[in-house]
Amino acid sequence: MKPRICIIDYGMGNTQSVANAIEYLGADYLISSRREDIQASTALILPGVGAFAAAMENLRRLELPDLLTDVVVGQGKPFLGICLGMQLLARDSVELGLHSGLGWLEGHVIAFEPSHDVRIPHVGWNNCHIRKQDPLFSNLAEDAHFYFDHSYHLTCPHELVSATFDYGGHFVASVQKNNIFATQFHPEKSQRHGLKLLRNFLNFAASASGKIAQDGEPC
Amino acid sequence: MLKTRVVGVLVIKNGIVVQSIQFKRYLPVGRVSIAVEYLNRWGIDDIVLLDMDATPRDCSPNFEKIREYSRFCQVPLTVGGGVRSVKDMENLLHSGADRIALNAAAIGNPQLISEGARLFGKQCMVASIDVRRKPDGSHEVFSHSGTRPTGQSPAILARQLEEQGAGEILLTSIDNDGMKQGFDLELIQQVADAVDIPLVACGGAGHPRHLLEACKLGISGVAAGNFYHYTEHSVIVAKSFLHAAGVNVRLDSFVTYDDCHFDNDGRVARISDETLDKLRFKVIPEEVI
Repeated sequence: MKPRICIIDYGMGNTQSVANAIEYLGADYLISSRREDIQASTALILPGVGAFAAAMENLRRLELPDLLTDVVVGQGKPFLGICLGMQLLARDSVELGLHSGLGWLEGHVIAFEPSHDVRIPHVGWNNCHIRKQDPLFSNLAEDAHFYFDHSYHLTCPHELVSATFDYGGHFVASVQKNNIFATQFHPEKSQRHGLKLLRNFLNFAASASGKIAQDGEPC
Repeated sequence: MLKTRVVGVLVIKNGIVVQSIQFKRYLPVGRVSIAVEYLNRWGIDDIVLLDMDATPRDCSPNFEKIREYSRFCQVPLTVGGGVRSVKDMENLLHSGADRIALNAAAIGNPQLISEGARLFGKQCMVASIDVRRKPDGSHEVFSHSGTRPTGQSPAILARQLEEQGAGEILLTSIDNDGMKQGFDLELIQQVADAVDIPLVACGGAGHPRHLLEACKLGISGVAAGNFYHYTEHSVIVAKSFLHAAGVNVRLDSFVTYDDCHFDNDGRVARISDETLDKLRFKVIPEEVI
């Protein structure tokens, strides 16, 4: 079954950029925040260009937190969070005051220490150190570069981290936990490497939806 | 470590990409979506689209056009020109922009940058500053495509914009723009020392060594517009030059130009007959993702 990707529109992601990349890969997608669309699609992408508090506020206004938790954590629908879409999975963030997130990952979002001898925000192309190749980073070099653009970063337990980056210290570049994947960088804006990563996610979504169908569960 | 960005700036006037000379003369280059697609294929790190028509006409960006231009852009796209409200920013992000550039709006209405940073994060806010050198050698910021003097010093303004929530400064020297004589290094140094956020410099590149001179000041990115339009494989050539000089740039192409030399115009010098004789065809299969 061809996967259908729902790019979640909560008013503040670079949704069209994600859509352009998904379209380039030839996958079926829609940009929506409607309950039916989220339930009917085979995989979800939560894009993010925004501030944490405003994003959570928008998600709550659209009544999405409970629905997403049910569909992703409960039913195991493949999920990819990008940039802010990764940070929102944490328990909380200190961006512009302390705010609680979706809480799917045991983690916190904190600011880069200003003591680092680097310019903040962290903007541009940086190499990753990939720790878990499978499935998101298959066919990618261990030090593949991606485009980053953020002022805050996620801290979470070691076992969830699938890649790190170096910017005056080591930080979390991507996480994975069962069906939940998330990247601090923007795969939709990272040319070949980013497209490969999105292809890996689409392949994971396709095989996962096949499994769900075989088990006779609706997806 | 983080790589130094090689940024392409596309100036749009009357719906087409133009070559700009000191913000006074404009020469037509071609269609925007094609310029975006080519820069993307040549391995540019970041594209900035600046629409010169919107602010003078007092209208919002043309969102449908941005959607069309962004279609084949697989690198970050910063869009500026005519952004007057947070609604404009939101619409741009839904039309294919990844970051928002503010110029006149940032100077005339500093609240807008703070409001944008509150909603979209400071990493999304690029403050674009256009600067002229005064007869006494000091610098002054101009807005509205270089037509309105603001009386402000670039370093002080950049610092203020950083405090208001800008996440990056795009600094353009109007005098050097299109002159192909190199960047205004003194100006870049002043602003680089004044801010802690990333700085991208623009205006004056005519030879890859100009990009190198700016990179050596420790800035986050070097931008050029005209330089890329008329030189074959310009982006890859420029990056190879920077790489050979020890700058940490992103190289993502099979073509490397490792053994090339450059003439005074910054074009790849003719390769000797002996070298050409030794060349063999190499087949590199196109990668299917």
